[in-house]
Amino acid sequence: MEFEPVIGLEVHLHLKTKTKAFCGCSTEFGGQPNSQVCPVCLGFPGTLPVLNKVALEYAIKAGLALNCTVNKFTKFDRKNYFYPDLPKDYQISQYDFPVSSNGFLEIDIDGKIKRIGITRAHLEEDAGKLIHKDSVSLVDFNRTGIALLEIVSMPEINSPQEAYEYLTGLKSILKYLGVSDCDMEKGSLRCDANVSIRPKGTIPLGVKAELKNMNSFKAVRDALEYEIERQAKCLEAGEKIIQETRLWDEKQGCSVVMRTKEGAQDYRYFPEPDLTTFIIDSGLIDEIRKSIPELPREKYQRFIKEYGLSIYDAKLLVLIREDADFAESCMQTYANNDKKLIVNWLNGALLSEANARNCQLCQLGIKAQDLVELVNFVERQEISNLSAKTVLTQMIETKKGPAEIIKEKNLSQISDTGALDGFIEEAIKENEKSVADYKAGKENALMFLVGQVMKKSKGKANPKTAQELIKRRLENA
Amino acid sequence: MELHKLTAHELIPKLETKEISAEDILQALYSRIKSIDSKVNAYVRRQNDSSFRDSPQETGTVPITIKDNICTQGLNTECCSKILGGFKPPYDATVIKKLKAAGLSIFNFKANMDEFAFGSSTENSFFGTTHNPWDLERVPGGSSGGSAACVAADEAIWALGSDTGGSIRQPASFCGVVGLKPTYGRVSRYGLIAFASSLDQIGPITKDVRDNAMLLNIISGYDALDSTSINTAVQDYTKSLTNDVKGLKIGVPKEYFVEGMDKEVEGALQEAINKLKSLGAEVKEVSLPHSKYAVPVYYIIATAEASSNLARFDGVQYGFRAQQTQNLIDMYKKTRGQGFGDEAKRRIILGTFVLSHGYYDAYYLRALKVRTLIKQDFDKVFKDFDCIIAPTAPTPAFKIGEKVSDPLKMYLSDIYTISVNLAGIPAISLPCGFTKAGLPIGMQIMSKPFAEEMIYRVAYTYEQNTDWHKSKPKI
Repeated sequence: MEFEPVIGLEVHLHLKTKTKAFCGCSTEFGGQPNSQVCPVCLGFPGTLPVLNKVALEYAIKAGLALNCTVNKFTKFDRKNYFYPDLPKDYQISQYDFPVSSNGFLEIDIDGKIKRIGITRAHLEEDAGKLIHKDSVSLVDFNRTGIALLEIVSMPEINSPQEAYEYLTGLKSILKYLGVSDCDMEKGSLRCDANVSIRPKGTIPLGVKAELKNMNSFKAVRDALEYEIERQAKCLEAGEKIIQETRLWDEKQGCSVVMRTKEGAQDYRYFPEPDLTTFIIDSGLIDEIRKSIPELPREKYQRFIKEYGLSIYDAKLLVLIREDADFAESCMQTYANNDKKLIVNWLNGALLSEANARNCQLCQLGIKAQDLVELVNFVERQEISNLSAKTVLTQMIETKKGPAEIIKEKNLSQISDTGALDGFIEEAIKENEKSVADYKAGKENALMFLVGQVMKKSKGKANPKTAQELIKRRLENA
Repeated sequence: MELHKLTAHELIPKLETKEISAEDILQALYSRIKSIDSKVNAYVRRQNDSSFRDSPQETGTVPITIKDNICTQGLNTECCSKILGGFKPPYDATVIKKLKAAGLSIFNFKANMDEFAFGSSTENSFFGTTHNPWDLERVPGGSSGGSAACVAADEAIWALGSDTGGSIRQPASFCGVVGLKPTYGRVSRYGLIAFASSLDQIGPITKDVRDNAMLLNIISGYDALDSTSINTAVQDYTKSLTNDVKGLKIGVPKEYFVEGMDKEVEGALQEAINKLKSLGAEVKEVSLPHSKYAVPVYYIIATAEASSNLARFDGVQYGFRAQQTQNLIDMYKKTRGQGFGDEAKRRIILGTFVLSHGYYDAYYLRALKVRTLIKQDFDKVFKDFDCIIAPTAPTPAFKIGEKVSDPLKMYLSDIYTISVNLAGIPAISLPCGFTKAGLPIGMQIMSKPFAEEMIYRVAYTYEQNTDWHKSKPKI
């Protein structure tokens, strides 16, 4: 039987506010344990929360960017449960009146646009971190009280790849807004997934499992794939699926049961009496709406339209806002109407340099003007493509301009036939077999000889000229 | 001169003219405490203090006594519970900061109370019950029983209490002193260890109305640290002490005069009404039709909030932690099982129940709706009336042990005070007579939100034309 997965994602992300959601403590990552705490976030008796206005504004901004309705009336509720990383033994969250609701996010899947509904986006406070050492457990409360935005999708995701696209799109938007770092490694973005399967073409939902402990978008995709297969095997074997929470083990590539529904907690939500309700002024919403920059999808469409980019190139370039800005300024500086030429550099050599350095394009320290100049050198055939890549690396490492590096390293391409003659002479002499092969009709042998010339010229020979010259010489011989 | 017997407004001019020093007042208080507090037990954690006077005492002008649930930096604040044993707050409550800024010294012994303010008799204190200075066999009321008793017994000049359902007014009534529950939001709750956040207010307990107004002047006002404090201007409440009630419209709720009210209390109240009439006030019967729901509504909302507020006492960070536990859950269970007293457990269980899945709508949500109706009852009356007069409690102080075995009977002793907290309005209790057996009787004056000056005006006028506040208990 063919099954269709039904997936809903819950994403928690740290809002990038300077101070915590309900007190003045710093939200900086990586501080000494318990160095960023105060009586309020430690939940000391008698303390009271005061809402960080910026957190509320960020939440509204995210809601608007996710096409949600920002609710005119919002309030906070207490979610009650005991755990040592939760100093008050309740979490300030939002239950029935979230900051925003009923939005959607568009993803590209199989060449089509798909809308994934967003149920709600609400504010809450983060808990602390438990550190287990030998026989004791320690708590670090630095993270306690950091403003979290929980974004809950509709169960409208139908494959692990869609989930991956949804998360990538979500992260991109939130980073564009500057409201979150969305860094899974630092715990500023966490994702839980609910997944069930049903026979394809049927409507009723199957019994779901909740997946936790995925540390990357790839892990989310892997965990979903594993779970869908597990559930399918279950059903095919005539077994029943049990509602449970499962933990993903990345090393083992499988998930294990954490708890079943019988152990489900009653959180006893009720309105947080220490905070007042909030009426969100429509003027504030308008003001925040105006502050929203062009979002990745709009930019993507514009890049295709204005610069004639392919879907692939456009999508890659808009992922990160600063990179998109850098790319756009490169495309604008580049005088040629066919932007593909410069974009190939951005999505090719530059991207590999960035990946190798584990940074973003714009963090390579290259000026748009310098990149364009480098590409121009190649186009004028003053340097070879190969040399240009060396120059690029040098530009990144030394922060010098391309002209200076080409001059210093003596990398100007040799297109002068006279200068190439010596190398060609040598190559022909040393590779008699190739010469014979070529004459016998093996075209490949010519490329080998060109390669030898390139080698001898230390990459400076213009390969086209060299090829031309070798060919003429062998044919005339 | 017996300085401990004086009020703050009597002491301040003497301090200003250097006729006496702040130290003189402290000495008077300490010797008074030494001689009688073993009988009254208004103060906690003083028993083993061999050198009574050695504990750190900040200097200031008039000392003030603080209930054990208001955070005082470095000074034990335990809500008279075992579970907060040894807790020294790392910060001062906003009211404490304000008192210090006004030059007052925070008295180094704290006032006894029912554990976490759960009670109407101070019998639920981990440190043993406080005795009523007027009759040591009787309770002082609660939960601010220690604060009211020490003021009544001249073991304090004045004091702060907290009132969630009558915890300032009922003990003030039982001990023959003046206690005000301010409008919700008038005084910052920052640093008050929460019982029921939507009902709690800190308020003054004093020997007379003038001191009360002076103390409210100091502690009230908007606080950015308390989101529920309200940003409205603070009056100089002493300016409303005008000895004039002519033409004021006073309502007397008919629902409050029901069976169960002590005849002597009813008589004293009737006389007080006549007195106010004779002073020119217009008194009429009014109706607060939803009054009968106040007690059940209160015990749903207050316990629901309490069950959540008290979750943090889990043995992890501060206070008591049970020993010899097997694992985390066992540690939680034993810590809370051994650390909380019976009434605290009762309320936590009740509150947990009313918030539980499947019961929330029937209890908590319904209670919130009725709370709104109770508030609307008051709104209607205050459209036509300046204030409402009622008894503070249905009886004078009852005997120690009389109601401990029957929580419902105990809860009913707050029947006249609870509505005020649910409605968020201000109310005062002040002496309006004595029973034949010599027990004080209290009268309650309520008014609309932020109309404390109206309350003080009526209370002061009544006080100036009666002598009840001048009587002192013989211990």
